[in-house]
Amino acid sequence: MTDASLNGQTQQGEAEFRDFFALLKPRVMSLVVFTALVGLLAAPVGVHPMIAFASILFIAVGAGASGALNMWWDADIDRIMRRTKGRPIPAGKVDGQDALHIGLGLSGLSVVMLALAANLLAAFLLAFTIFFYAVIYSMWLKRSTPQNIVIGGAAGAFPPVIGWVVATGTMSFEPWLMFALIFIWTPPHFWALALFMRSDYDDAGVPMLTVTHGRRTTRNNILGYTVLLAILAVGTAFTAIGGPIYLAVAVVLNALFLKGAVEIWRRDEAMSEADNFAVEKRFFRLSLLYLFLHFGAILAEATLAPFGLGGW
Amino acid sequence: MAIRVEHELHKRRFGRNLGVGLVLAALIAIIFGLTIVKVTSGPVANAQGEIINR
Repeated sequence: MTDASLNGQTQQGEAEFRDFFALLKPRVMSLVVFTALVGLLAAPVGVHPMIAFASILFIAVGAGASGALNMWWDADIDRIMRRTKGRPIPAGKVDGQDALHIGLGLSGLSVVMLALAANLLAAFLLAFTIFFYAVIYSMWLKRSTPQNIVIGGAAGAFPPVIGWVVATGTMSFEPWLMFALIFIWTPPHFWALALFMRSDYDDAGVPMLTVTHGRRTTRNNILGYTVLLAILAVGTAFTAIGGPIYLAVAVVLNALFLKGAVEIWRRDEAMSEADNFAVEKRFFRLSLLYLFLHFGAILAEATLAPFGLGGW
Repeated sequence: MAIRVEHELHKRRFGRNLGVGLVLAALIAIIFGLTIVKVTSGPVANAQGEIINR
């Protein structure tokens, strides 16, 4: 007789490797990898490919670790929200304590390894990012203020700065432009999601702007932040990380993004309900493409620069 | 109940152990690669701490 047949409970709770991997929020990690890589390659200093590879990997592991800590802390509300109830802890696949241990273990590993692979400043920034996401955002802001994702967005905005610091070892102005791009992009991205997820955040008691100030105010704020974002994104074209390719991409994408924000602003709940939030969903999908293509354009400018094609 | 040689639970455990094993092997490879890069590039110090440029 096998031990499995003796202990049915163990059998049910036995997680697979992919369940542990899901704790690391792979989709968020892919965005972190991409933006950190752009930050690293846009820097004016070359990095050995092995050091670059290892650094990006450990930045991604750090991001994954903060995702695991977030899932451990938020397991109670993840059980309530439709969007998150399939996550490994609420789905009963991974034990909450295991997620905590994985999160803490990978946090330590990623920070130490980044310090060894790159430099102490990059490691410090990674440690601060993990702390910011797990403690400042998840444990404090998320359940206490409608500004949760505005301030918390900083956690997702750090990777290109870390990538830049991996290459240069110092701070400068340009990576903070990339930081600002993600930081200002985050609120309209998440508020569009909050609009079409409807009662999810109300049910979980998360004070999203839609819950505390109403959906009309959320629509107004989406437009406000999108205007700010457009000014910043197009303005970035005229800095050291910009160029004609970036300018063309920014003009087109920001025109589309502004158009979407204006449409959301002009609609009311009845109109959104009538087409099942089609405009809000389209805006959310566009926001993903928006960020990807802006960073893709920065990467293109940096990659073409050695051939005399990128930049101004 | 028939006794099965390999229970579904063991398949899951094997998959998990294999995954952890591969991750650890990859970590060793990365640390080895980093070590090689670090010791073969840039200035090195001799036993007295003097920088030797190669």
